[in-house]
Amino acid sequence: MSIRAPRKGENYELSVDLNSEYRDKRKDAIKKVIASMTVGKDVSGLFPDVLKNMQTDDLEQKKLVYLYLINYAKTQPELVILAVNTFVKDSEDPNPLVRALAIRTMGCLRAEKIIDYLCDPLQRALKDDNPYVRKTAALCVAKLYDLKPELVVDNGFLEQLHEMISDSNPMVVANTVAALTDIHTIATSGHPPPSPSDPVIFNITSSILNKLLIALNECSEWGRVAILNALSRYNCQDEKESEHICERVVPQFQHVNGSVVLAAVKVIMIHMRGIQREDLAKQLIRKMAPPLVTLLSSPPEVQWVALRNVNLLLQKRPDLLSSEMRVFFCKYNDPLYVKIEKLDIMVRLANDNNVDALLSELKEYASEVDVDFVRKSVKAIGQTAISIESSAERCVNVLLDLIATRVSYVVQEAVVVMKDIFRKYPSTYEGVIPTLCANLEELDEPEAKASLIWIIGEYAEKIDNGDELLSTFVDTFTEESYQVQLQTLTAVVKLFLKKPDSSQGVVQQVLNTATKDCDSPDVRDRAYIYWRLLSTDPGAAKAVVLAQRPPISIPRTTVPPALLEELLGEISNLASVYHKPAETFIGHGRISADSVQRQGSELSDDRSTAQKVLQTVVAGQQAENLLDLDDAPTEEGPSGLAATQILPSTPSAANFLLETSTNPLDDLVSIFGGMSASGGGSGSGDASADGGLGGLGGMDSFGAISPTSGNVTSPLDRLGSPTTAQKPQEDLLGLF
Amino acid sequence: MISAFFIFNQKGEVLISRLYRTDFKRSIADVFRIQVVSNSDVRSPIITLGSTSFFHVRMNNLYIVAVTKTNANAALVFEYCYRFISIAKSYFGKVDEESVKNNFVLIYELIDEINDFGYPQNSETDTLKSYITTESVMSTAYAAEESAKITVQATGATSWRRGDVKYKKNEAFVDVVETVNLSMTSKGTILRAEVDGHIQMRAYLSGTPECKFGLNDKLVIDKSERGGASDAVELDDCRFHQCVRLNEFDSSRTISFIPPDGEFELMKYRSTSNVKLPLRVIATVNEIGTSQVSYAIAVKANFGNKLSATNVVLRIPTPLNTTTVDCKVASGKAKYVPAENVVIWKIPRIQGGQECTFTASGELTSTTVRQVWARPPIDIDFQVLMFTASGLIVRFLKVFENSNYHSVKWVRYLTKASGSYQIRF
Repeated sequence: MSIRAPRKGENYELSVDLNSEYRDKRKDAIKKVIASMTVGKDVSGLFPDVLKNMQTDDLEQKKLVYLYLINYAKTQPELVILAVNTFVKDSEDPNPLVRALAIRTMGCLRAEKIIDYLCDPLQRALKDDNPYVRKTAALCVAKLYDLKPELVVDNGFLEQLHEMISDSNPMVVANTVAALTDIHTIATSGHPPPSPSDPVIFNITSSILNKLLIALNECSEWGRVAILNALSRYNCQDEKESEHICERVVPQFQHVNGSVVLAAVKVIMIHMRGIQREDLAKQLIRKMAPPLVTLLSSPPEVQWVALRNVNLLLQKRPDLLSSEMRVFFCKYNDPLYVKIEKLDIMVRLANDNNVDALLSELKEYASEVDVDFVRKSVKAIGQTAISIESSAERCVNVLLDLIATRVSYVVQEAVVVMKDIFRKYPSTYEGVIPTLCANLEELDEPEAKASLIWIIGEYAEKIDNGDELLSTFVDTFTEESYQVQLQTLTAVVKLFLKKPDSSQGVVQQVLNTATKDCDSPDVRDRAYIYWRLLSTDPGAAKAVVLAQRPPISIPRTTVPPALLEELLGEISNLASVYHKPAETFIGHGRISADSVQRQGSELSDDRSTAQKVLQTVVAGQQAENLLDLDDAPTEEGPSGLAATQILPSTPSAANFLLETSTNPLDDLVSIFGGMSASGGGSGSGDASADGGLGGLGGMDSFGAISPTSGNVTSPLDRLGSPTTAQKPQEDLLGLF
Repeated sequence: MISAFFIFNQKGEVLISRLYRTDFKRSIADVFRIQVVSNSDVRSPIITLGSTSFFHVRMNNLYIVAVTKTNANAALVFEYCYRFISIAKSYFGKVDEESVKNNFVLIYELIDEINDFGYPQNSETDTLKSYITTESVMSTAYAAEESAKITVQATGATSWRRGDVKYKKNEAFVDVVETVNLSMTSKGTILRAEVDGHIQMRAYLSGTPECKFGLNDKLVIDKSERGGASDAVELDDCRFHQCVRLNEFDSSRTISFIPPDGEFELMKYRSTSNVKLPLRVIATVNEIGTSQVSYAIAVKANFGNKLSATNVVLRIPTPLNTTTVDCKVASGKAKYVPAENVVIWKIPRIQGGQECTFTASGELTSTTVRQVWARPPIDIDFQVLMFTASGLIVRFLKVFENSNYHSVKWVRYLTKASGSYQIRF
């Protein structure tokens, strides 16, 4: 029993009012109790007093009392039993609203004692004449399953649900589908997985399919989403069936609710796999485009979800919105997260015809206020230059205009982008080098510095004062960050190989400093390698350091093909918003939360859960952040709330990360595996060499020059470098 | 699905909290407060921490938050949040901290009705209003019968309409409201001109009327099929209220439906071809040295002289280091608002064909840091009655009902812009 509240204070007054002889006073008191409950005050002590007010004809008051019960039933399991009578009585009330309310509420009370009393009323409710009661009862079965699965199985509720798919009322069908799907998800995530014939498994058969297709056109918008989800799980027997489903689902594109539209897109994308007729597939894609564009006039949050999904759809079907680039132009007052997504899609949709419009837009964005967005825009110019060869010159001109603005972060980003353009089109735009060098002093970010140094090293023979420029960096060598050190080292060696006469002093100095005064093993090792190469065989050094490198390219997809297919089956779900498989962020949440709840006493439980959440939060912030819109490869602790360490640092975890992140990195893995030096966006590091030294190139591109797509962000770098860079180092030691 | 639903105020205090499922404790609200409300740098509407995802929508000074632990349907969650807002609006006017506090009992009742175990349920305002009311309902024998009717209807195939509606005078009002989205470069090239239209209907019709609706539209699915001059307006896409039979529209392009009683949004559409821009703006803005900026702006009304644009408001950006702006206007009023770095020029009415001009010069203080002025676009808000930018016209609205009554129909057109009509300079 609870301890009675002391005979004074707010709770005492409420308890007096709750026992008042006047109805209005009692009702007001209940409202006050609910208000206190909402702000988090503990009013569980009033349980018996509130309970007394349950038996009433006033529906509003009844609902309030029920709300209170839902909140505190767990803390007062002995007292809840007193409410059972009223519930059972209500479940036989002539008013269907009252019947449904009783069933709905009983399912929400998490008290073991009351559950046993729920079965009989639920049995009746499932067969109720009134569809409103039936639809409530259907969901109540799912609630019961969540609480005590045995009861659902023993009472045959599952079989009843399966029968209810044939209900005459579309809303009942929709809720039944939702309930069965819910149970299916719980059952299949448990261990061991149930056998396929178990009724907890919700298989969509062809007879169910037809019922669903009929209900689809009649039920509420939310019901449609539930039914469309179920349809997406159906395995088509033949092509005809796939076509049939697509034809029936296409009209849903015209629904006003964005989630219905996206759910329909999902069903079409899945069942289109079974369609061989090219013309039909084309027609479906064509019909899909206008509704997707229309989603852009939804509220920003829905827009964002739609944009993330459009991004995925474009990876699968680049022709989807080919003539629609202009609708993705950013509005000045779009929220940042929407702008960044639009930018990505614009670059994806760029082609020879619209590139001029795109460039003038990007130039416009580069003068906006938000630094991140501006940087992204400058990056996008580089991506355009690399993916559309004919536009490269115009892109370079835009970049030069931007450099002329002399806004520090624009200039720095432009320098980084220019480096990528040089990597794609070697020896083409050398005319801009003087302009870049003129901005040398403006640069203070390591990446920009490193990029400029790389350019100077690469074109050392064409820059008259190259040795002067580099020696300024050599003088401050020990103060620079590692990636700048690495680039300086390589650039000076390049300079030496190209102009041996004038730069002997510099190269001596840099090798000396790097091997003696530098505390980064990477820098030191590289310096040693260069030193030995140069001292034993300058010819070999030339072949290694000045080797031809393949031009970089931007991959069309940001996720591996298998994952893309999986994500297309998740359209509009969180997984497709994050572009990551669901396991990476939902973990075993449901199970661990339950097990946490069942352990320990109420109070400490509450506190420890909160604490764990906070720990997760802190760890999450340190390690990575999903707020980062930068396609950052995000990785969550595997066990949800219970996880306090987010990023496991084992190599296998790192590999997994690489798997799920970006293509360039996949390439990198293959470099390590196969030792082939040709690796898309990342394989062409500056110190890279042919053949056996491919690993060094790869290592270098991790640190200094990140792949052009800009998908790799620092958290991954931090995680990736130590584990993956070790291997090549060992290889190299063996080599020499 | 949705495991918990919260409403927070600006300070992060919980105004409404409802846990639909059991995988959370109320303390999850604290996490949101720490992570989002007190975090000044939130860059995404969805935040996932551990396996918990928070979806939030900001509305006035409130956060509407849905929490889930599953791979939930993100579009559905946000649509649901916005639906909640629109229901709340129709129940108690505006949605802000005060109104939520005053109506919390009603809100609890509503969120229990429109969501069960995390699955959204019937959320048609009109139907909800028939059984969730602001005055308390007594459960009597009569009420039982009444609610039996309501519930059957609320779950039925026409869940949006009661069968026993009666009016003395049968009327239907159709409002075609178009919002123009424009972005135009300084040289007058149109980057993007788009009409977001919606057709709002107020139906006061008895019985169960069957309506047919016709426009001068031609839905263009494939742009390459375009061609041939006609007076038809090309719509890129349209979407309908759930009462419209989508199958019939898909097969025969007819819009037929049984309308809900009262006000609802029948249709939304989008058009990008031949958009008639009601207002033309020509702006010349020059920065003279580092201490002055001059403006010369002309607004021209580009429609018949019987019509007029009302409530025209131009927001003309100024550099951040502006001290004073000296404005000269022939019509309306212009005022420099330092807090927002804009000059606001209000013109109550511009007649069709008329042109208004604005000249001003702004004084700038010298600054130590060299910062280029980002030059945000000029933004215009306006309204033009009886004008559609897309050229859309309602051709007919036919009402068929068993009792064959006579009905009166009214049509209004309005073109407006708010925050989306932007001209760069």
